Amino acid sequence: MKKALLLLFFSVFLTKTQAQNYFPVNESVQNKTKNYTVFTNATIYVSPTQKIEKGTLLIQDGKVVAVGNTVSIPKNSITIDLEGKTIYPSFIDIYTSFGIEKPKRNLNPDGDRSPLYDTKRVGYYWNESIRPELNGYETFKYDTAKAEELLKAGFGVVGTHISDGVAQGTGVLVALNNTENSKQIIADKITNHFAFSKSALTNQAYPSSLMGMMALLRQMYLDLDWYKKGNSETKDLSLEALAANEKLVQIFATEDKLNSLRAAKIAKEFGLNYVLKGSGNEFERIEEIKNTKAQFIIPISFPEAYDVSNPYLSNQIELADMLFWNQAPSNLKVLSDNGIVFALTTDKLKKTEDFKVNLLKAIKYGFDKTKALESLTTIPAAILGKSNEIGSLKTGSYANFVITSGEIFDEKTILYENWVQGTKYVVNDITAKDIRGNYDLTIGNDTYKWKIEGTETAPKSDITTVAAVKVNSKFNFSKNWISMVLKPGDTIKSNFTRLTGFVEKPEILSGKAVLSDGSELIWNAKRTSLFTAVKDTAKVEKPNPILPTTYPNVAFGDSKKLTAQTLLFKNATVWTNEKEGILTETDVLIKNGKIAAVGKNLSDPSAVVIDAKGKHITSGIIDEHSHIAISRGVNESGHNSTAEVTIQDVVNSEDINIYRDLAGGVTISQLLHGSANPIGGRSAIVKWKWGAAPDEMLYKNQPKFIKFALGENVKQANWGIQNPTRFPQTRMGVEQVFTDYFQRAKEYDESWKTFNSGSKKGKAPRVDLELQTLAEILNKERFITCHSYIESEILMLMNVAEKFNFRVNTFTHILEGYKVADKMKEHGVGASTFSDWWAYKFEVNDAIPFNGPIMHNAGVVVAYNSDDAEMSRRLNQEAAKAVKYGNISEEEAWKFVTLNPAKLLHIDDKTGSLKVGKDADVVLWSDNPLSIYAKAEKTIIEGVVYFDIEKDAEKQLSIAKERSLLIGQMLQEKNKGASTQKPAKKEKKEYHCDTLEQ
Amino acid sequence: MKNKHLYIMLLLFSALLPLKAQQIPAQKQTKSILILNATAHLGNGTVIENSAIGFKDGKITLVADATKIRLAAGAYDTTIDASGKHIYPGFIAPNSTLGLVEIDAVKSSDDQEEIGSFNPNVRSVIAYNSESKVVETVRPNGILIAQITPRGGRISGTSSVVQLDAWSWKDAVLKENDGIHLNFPSNFRRSGSWFEPGIVEPNKDYPKQVEEINVFLANAKAYNQTVSKERNIVLEATKALFDGSQTLYIHADEEKQIVDGIQLAVNNQIKKIVIIGGFEAYKSSDLLQKYNVGVLLRRVHDMPTSDDQDVNLPYKMAKLLTDKGILVGLENSGDHERMSTRNLPFLAGTCAAFGLDKEKALQLITSNTAKLLGIDSSCGTLETGKDATLFISEGDALDMRTNKLTAAFIQGRTINLETFQTKLDDKFKAKYNQK
Repeated sequence: MKKALLLLFFSVFLTKTQAQNYFPVNESVQNKTKNYTVFTNATIYVSPTQKIEKGTLLIQDGKVVAVGNTVSIPKNSITIDLEGKTIYPSFIDIYTSFGIEKPKRNLNPDGDRSPLYDTKRVGYYWNESIRPELNGYETFKYDTAKAEELLKAGFGVVGTHISDGVAQGTGVLVALNNTENSKQIIADKITNHFAFSKSALTNQAYPSSLMGMMALLRQMYLDLDWYKKGNSETKDLSLEALAANEKLVQIFATEDKLNSLRAAKIAKEFGLNYVLKGSGNEFERIEEIKNTKAQFIIPISFPEAYDVSNPYLSNQIELADMLFWNQAPSNLKVLSDNGIVFALTTDKLKKTEDFKVNLLKAIKYGFDKTKALESLTTIPAAILGKSNEIGSLKTGSYANFVITSGEIFDEKTILYENWVQGTKYVVNDITAKDIRGNYDLTIGNDTYKWKIEGTETAPKSDITTVAAVKVNSKFNFSKNWISMVLKPGDTIKSNFTRLTGFVEKPEILSGKAVLSDGSELIWNAKRTSLFTAVKDTAKVEKPNPILPTTYPNVAFGDSKKLTAQTLLFKNATVWTNEKEGILTETDVLIKNGKIAAVGKNLSDPSAVVIDAKGKHITSGIIDEHSHIAISRGVNESGHNSTAEVTIQDVVNSEDINIYRDLAGGVTISQLLHGSANPIGGRSAIVKWKWGAAPDEMLYKNQPKFIKFALGENVKQANWGIQNPTRFPQTRMGVEQVFTDYFQRAKEYDESWKTFNSGSKKGKAPRVDLELQTLAEILNKERFITCHSYIESEILMLMNVAEKFNFRVNTFTHILEGYKVADKMKEHGVGASTFSDWWAYKFEVNDAIPFNGPIMHNAGVVVAYNSDDAEMSRRLNQEAAKAVKYGNISEEEAWKFVTLNPAKLLHIDDKTGSLKVGKDADVVLWSDNPLSIYAKAEKTIIEGVVYFDIEKDAEKQLSIAKERSLLIGQMLQEKNKGASTQKPAKKEKKEYHCDTLEQ
Repeated sequence: MKNKHLYIMLLLFSALLPLKAQQIPAQKQTKSILILNATAHLGNGTVIENSAIGFKDGKITLVADATKIRLAAGAYDTTIDASGKHIYPGFIAPNSTLGLVEIDAVKSSDDQEEIGSFNPNVRSVIAYNSESKVVETVRPNGILIAQITPRGGRISGTSSVVQLDAWSWKDAVLKENDGIHLNFPSNFRRSGSWFEPGIVEPNKDYPKQVEEINVFLANAKAYNQTVSKERNIVLEATKALFDGSQTLYIHADEEKQIVDGIQLAVNNQIKKIVIIGGFEAYKSSDLLQKYNVGVLLRRVHDMPTSDDQDVNLPYKMAKLLTDKGILVGLENSGDHERMSTRNLPFLAGTCAAFGLDKEKALQLITSNTAKLLGIDSSCGTLETGKDATLFISEGDALDMRTNKLTAAFIQGRTINLETFQTKLDDKFKAKYNQK
């Protein structure tokens, strides 16, 4: 035993003095050896799939020299016998912030908080959230305390980087070698990092939204390409760094599964290979995640159960959050079952100790142990292109390994040592004896009953007199030394007895006792029985049953993605929106996602027949102006023109408002950028296919649209900013913004046309996504929907458009359209307005509910829209207000929310009326759809019933059932003593035009 | 040069229609009026198909079935034949800020909220602008009475009930200082900031905030037991709460708020309590019944408060409460609340669409509200002796498809249903008629 200790001491001593030979050493003289260290008789996992029993591992100079059953051991070897122990390659975490402080927001100590629209940096990229020139190693400072946490968890190598901004710069690969600082950096620049996060170190307003970050990334890659080709006249250190680091592993951090899909979209567009750092909810959209074909880095921080003991407070916790608690531990299994390659990370863990707990939990929920080991060793090594150096114990690899008492993913297994580059870090004393058991303790003439329990590495002691009276004591066991103080029963007395003793054999313990008078005695303790663990019923309990994932994985989701049906509605009142008008006692046949027939006495043997007598069938409602289902920001307010951003990047397929819209008979919406700037972003026209992924919701081959805005919002009239800093501040300025941008777009377009024609040789113009989008308008490839209120500005924009030889497609809001309806008709612009809104700001003081009817009567195509999540589901009632206020016929009024918006969106060739061959976007109503008493009973898109009033009732029951089931599980969790989180819910933003925040 | 004549005509025409605020308030009823043959919805659940409704000197004198009564010729000065039409008591908009704010975004037009926590002495009525352009736009949809209510703070102030056709706030008052409004603290608080919204989590300060109210009410009660020489106008303003002549309106949506609010008011011997908001009132209906507490239900055209709720829960709320025997009225506070007051009838219509009997739905904005505001002796139903505050609509007034008023009366006065909006309509129709 003593020999072993001595050897251990010796090996530590040796490693301590190893340093690169050109480093000055201030300890004695250069004392470098070429000695080997050899580990024998161990079970060795050379890699997760290569296991050697009774193997030998030979290391030298921090590297593996040989491993196997027949390793010949050089004479100058220090041998460590690991009989019964197991060796694993130590773990790798690619994604940490180890030793790098996250930049803190500490801007403008002088108090200037006004937004910045340009940049103050010199020589770098124009946007301050693009910081690829930063290198993690430059600010890296080895953090010994944190390293110890990671070493205890089994990690040997970590990647770390500056986590700030959209392009964050390079990451460094660090060995957790607490002894030799010269060996800590394995690779100075190994990864290159990106994220959807604005830099904390900038006051620059742009980007203020997720879609702004998407656009910024695209522009950055376009600029990179352009710069690399030598087209730039100026120097850009950011782009140079980006170019220099292209070959590094490109890691994109996302905080949600939909963001992973978004990053993958950028990767696809630019032929990049991002390794995606995920968030733990990948299982909710596993098919789409799989289709990215990306490799992932996945955190294993699982949510704690909510404290649901107070029913008043727990009411507000949403099913989706409770489901996530229930399902999150299965994420790794689901990813693995789907063949997705991923590494694990400690990122997002509250404390590093939770790593093992959570990993064991994931394994309990079905995550394969070999896969688990791979995701911590060979996979991260492969992702980093470092398979020959780390992640396994192949010859030539770093001697990075852990020594355990057994199978590493067993709860009871003890991790003894973590060796990094041949340097030992002791987690638990490998020589420690298991002293647990029942003893008879004798101190002089006194005898006691002594029970040592607890865990092998942290035993606990309990002493009683023979008569079973508890004796107070303080016990410590370390390095096989026992030390204990027996306290008197009375605090006034001071007759302490101190015991010490070195354990040689646990069967008989003995040592020296010092009594309160200073006299010394020998104590003895004889083991009378071995320790038997009390069967912990809680621990052997099965994991909570996992509830099935739904599409989307929130309340009212469906257990599978829905499919089209053949449906035959009999004897309904049919609002065709065609020259046939409103037909009574008429049948409608829906087949293959299309309207197959409208007429009397239809039949189809394959159809589900629905009796629609007394009911009404219409085409689905189209909301020309909606802001629901948008992730992180409806406005990119960072510039006065943001034509480069698109809502198509940020459709949020999981928003409950989609389902609520369907319940109101809405099938299609145009999701518009807000109205914070004169030139806003591009729109997304979506079909509300509840359950589908964001890209599946996008209207196929959709006409291109962009949002413009006029008036108070764009001149920041109601922003409460004392000192306005952004041009324009008046309607006069707004005109100039448009004229300037269109002129620039025209010149841009011409420069490309010249370049493409090849008539003049020269450098390629820079691709500018913003001007490119505006050029599309000039070339009549993109339509404008313009937020507008008062007559002067309406005329102004039409005037600007006419000067540039195009037409404005739609004025939205357009509450003073009635004053210039004739001019609008002449220009050829349509109107998408509110039925009766007014008085909410100064510019709507002359808004009247007769606006829509007056414009309609003047020959303008008029639609009523919502701009409001709640009103969106009652647009049928808004259409009725055209009847009420303007005496529009019911047939025409209905078109205000169906055919007319379809026309404005240029999708009336496919939808908007009940015409054979058009998409089956159809609603079955309980009553005249214009009536307040009408309810949507079925809402159908392309033949798929996405809302069904009967199924809705069933869903409500199942939500209640799942809620109570999950609450039960959580109460049980709390009862078991698990820590819980406060009953809280994430606040959801409902966006309007002028919502500025994300 | 025909156009020239037309142009001059139009100039004259528009000169006659100056775009000034509020129509001229109607003069006192001098001639008695009889409305015949309309379907009368009395507001108490009764419908008379062929009705005869008569009123003199501002008061209803006759409510009868026209097929069953005989009237002496000339019993009424004027007879209106309303065959095929519908007649309703004037709708009542409680918890309203009509006339306190003109344009939401224009701070200088905003008089709805004071600084400070306990302001029972702040009275809304004196700031009520009877010439508000918004007010005249709500009348053509049948809203003829409103409770003008201050906002903000813990106790925002004292409300008053007004009729919506008047020269000044003094003329408008139907019931001055009808009640005091308590904004009950929430069990939840929002964290984060406007640019980075955090989570909604339990409000740790809730018990403390509730106790503050308790202390205030206890003090108020004690103070009002005697006539103090040193006057405290804040506490003095609460006096009528304790003798039952004023109502305590507790603004609360959460179940626990409602329970705590009622218990606290009852323990302080407050006689009349009404819940405003009441999203979760259906969960504590037993308590509401026990203390005879009614609910002015928050805007029905709103979203559920949780993703998990029935998407139509707000639409069904009135029925849930009514079925449990609770007296329910509808209120409309929230975004765009003043201008959308004119959609109040359709809130009731939605309640009918989602299960409530149509006449019961009508009561949500007539008799029930009148009872809750304590004005039911004169308003809320078509019954003899009550104010002749009523209107005629071409069709079902709870449905926007058919809500079209042909005449409206406030205390017997024939009010003008034109607005600056109808005038703009006329003006621009005229523009497009110019050839």
